[in-house]
Amino acid sequence: MSLETVVFYIFGGLMVVSSVAIILSRTIIRSAVWLLFNLMAAGALYFLLSANFLGAIQWIVYAGGILILIVFGVMLTAKSPYVRFNARPREIAITALVGVILFAGLSGLMLATDWSAIPDAAPAREVQPVADIGRSLLTQYLIPFELVSVLLLAVMIGAAYLASPEKK
Amino acid sequence: MLEIGLSHYLIVSAFVFCAGIAVMTLKRNAVGILIGAELVLNAANLNFIACGRYRVGGLDGQIAAAFVIVLAAAEAAIALAIFLSFYNSHATIDVDHGDALKG
Amino acid sequence: MTDVYVPWPDRGPKQFRGPAKLIAALAVGVYGAFRLPIRRLAGLILFAAVVGGCVFAWAVSVLLRTVVQVQTHLVAAGEAQAGESISLEKLRLGIAQLELLTPAWLLWPFQWLVVRDVIGVIGALAFVSLLAMYAIWWERKTAGHIQSRLGPMRVGGWHGWSQSLADGIKCIAKEDFIPDRADRPLFRLAPYLCFVPVVIAFMALPFGVYWVFRELDVALLVILAMLSIDVMGVLIGGWASNNKWSVYGAMREACQVVSYEIPLGMSLLIPIMVVGSLSLSKAAEFQQGGWFNWLAWHSPWTFAAMFVYFIASVASCKRAPFDLPEAESELVAGFHTEYSGFRWAVFFFAEYAAMFVVSGLLVILFLGAWDAPWVALAPAGWKDGALWQQLAYGVVFSGPLWFVFKCLFFIYLQMWMRWTLPRLRIDQVLYSCVQVMLPLAMLVLLCSVFWELWLPSSLAAFWVTKVISIVLALIGAVGAIAVLYVAYAGFSRRQALVGSQAVRKPLAGG
Repeated sequence: MSLETVVFYIFGGLMVVSSVAIILSRTIIRSAVWLLFNLMAAGALYFLLSANFLGAIQWIVYAGGILILIVFGVMLTAKSPYVRFNARPREIAITALVGVILFAGLSGLMLATDWSAIPDAAPAREVQPVADIGRSLLTQYLIPFELVSVLLLAVMIGAAYLASPEKK
Repeated sequence: MLEIGLSHYLIVSAFVFCAGIAVMTLKRNAVGILIGAELVLNAANLNFIACGRYRVGGLDGQIAAAFVIVLAAAEAAIALAIFLSFYNSHATIDVDHGDALKG
Repeated sequence: MTDVYVPWPDRGPKQFRGPAKLIAALAVGVYGAFRLPIRRLAGLILFAAVVGGCVFAWAVSVLLRTVVQVQTHLVAAGEAQAGESISLEKLRLGIAQLELLTPAWLLWPFQWLVVRDVIGVIGALAFVSLLAMYAIWWERKTAGHIQSRLGPMRVGGWHGWSQSLADGIKCIAKEDFIPDRADRPLFRLAPYLCFVPVVIAFMALPFGVYWVFRELDVALLVILAMLSIDVMGVLIGGWASNNKWSVYGAMREACQVVSYEIPLGMSLLIPIMVVGSLSLSKAAEFQQGGWFNWLAWHSPWTFAAMFVYFIASVASCKRAPFDLPEAESELVAGFHTEYSGFRWAVFFFAEYAAMFVVSGLLVILFLGAWDAPWVALAPAGWKDGALWQQLAYGVVFSGPLWFVFKCLFFIYLQMWMRWTLPRLRIDQVLYSCVQVMLPLAMLVLLCSVFWELWLPSSLAAFWVTKVISIVLALIGAVGAIAVLYVAYAGFSRRQALVGSQAVRKPLAGG
């Protein structure tokens, strides 16, 4: 029963519990708070997987950026804290069926796959320096890096245009 | 059960993925659907990084996850801009009211 | 006397029941017995408590370091396996081999990482609580002195030093009040969403060479992440109060903090580029050697980045002149209007702790972390010598006390700015972020990139940069001496500066 096991079960359990809580939450702001716990737990799991840089980026961008954006969206479009949109029973039944089948299928597939065809990554247990990520972003992954920066520029222009007030 | 391996992370990520799809289906609030999309992307990220850590491949898993995070941020920004203009024109955020093109 | 309307029945003075009665009787008894010495020696007791606390913290850190040293020695010598418990006999053997003086029974409980981590967390929480309590007292004294009055003077005897303690007790004893149709779980959760991330930031912030909870290679990013997540607590607190003015305050605050994160991050990239690593311990190692090695004087761009970072950090802590979210004259209290008692105290602890964290980042990345300006004059061998040499080195030349002292100076600077400058409007705040700080930060970043690439290229260029760096260091030294002189001049003329309205004898009349 090592520390790694305990930490995995705590944060993995938190991810599972918070995703169920997002489904069952009655107001959207509570779903957003459960999403905060989900994203923080995911970041913690990335730290456990020796991906320190990614864990920090997950906390900064996802929990400290995207989530703030989502909460802003909720606050600007909600009329009162207690408005609820309830799903109809037929939708709930179909969703539950599809969800269970999909989960059973995915986990069955993952458990049945023989992963030893790809060699085990023993050296990956150490944390690789952040400089390596920077270097591969600028050498091996240069084209996606540049494309993503152009995409972000397009997103900034698009969001500013969409959110600007209409000219009468 | 006690020794954490790749399959533990893959099962957690499969569960969060299915939960995200359930959220996208069940919520009528457009921002709720966006929350579901974020759950799905998170699950995929966890998958990438877990496979990158337990199977050889260098930093590929982490780089892919970094790109996914950046693209998720871009998608959330645009989605919220669209939802805000939907709210401005329809006075509601219920996606069932977005049926102007129906029929 | 006319008939006075009493809105609630008069129940007489508050009667304590149960254990509270015992504690109250004990407190009254102790104070009654020691009243005169406490009053006379209050300042001395405070000073002794501070010094004693620092020595105790140092002793605990030396103990924990000794345990790790003995453990690694035993594992290296093959006497014990890593990850397995070590018995007392093996510990005695290791201590004898390393010629240490500590008894084995003292070291035995600390061999497990979990125990050391718990002690670290308790230490961090204790530091945060004491810092917040005394920062609030210090803020009230600073505010008073800037406004020609004296601030708290009565509680505790000497300049009201226990005012914060009394306020804390009052906050805990207050009625737990949640607004009528507020979202109760979220209302209860919000202060802790603000407080917990800042404590996590303390886990990544190094106070000295051995005084870091976990040495992370992405420590700076973790601290920035925790400062970003603080915003969530404010948003949830404002929303859960079911009060539209709280929601306005919360949204303005979120908007301001998120906007200022961009110049904050960009200006921090500049020293990171010079050091070459995101780890704060490596940044401190880079600046060894005294005043002239500090990153603030390394190039004109790091000098400018220090000022940009300072302004952005003041905005990100929601301090004046950027304190529109808490604007007392406009929004009552912004997002924490509906919070009273202990929850409000937790919000304030989070604010002062965040002020310490951002000052800590400034000190580590620009001003030599935990080194004194004259660390180059330290006698050789004192750093790793005998215990008394290490203690003297830590106090005089380089140690966590110097780090805390420098951070306290920047906290004082933030308080000074709050009580001097008027508040900015939200459109001025955003204008100054997007149209002034952001282009400035980008320009400084670009110039710094070219400077760093130009630096090793030719010998002439190297000497030019050296000369510019020394000139900047001298400007910095002149600035520091000017600040010290202004402080001394104000202190020596304090009776004349405070004016005629000040209360000179605080306890006059009983």
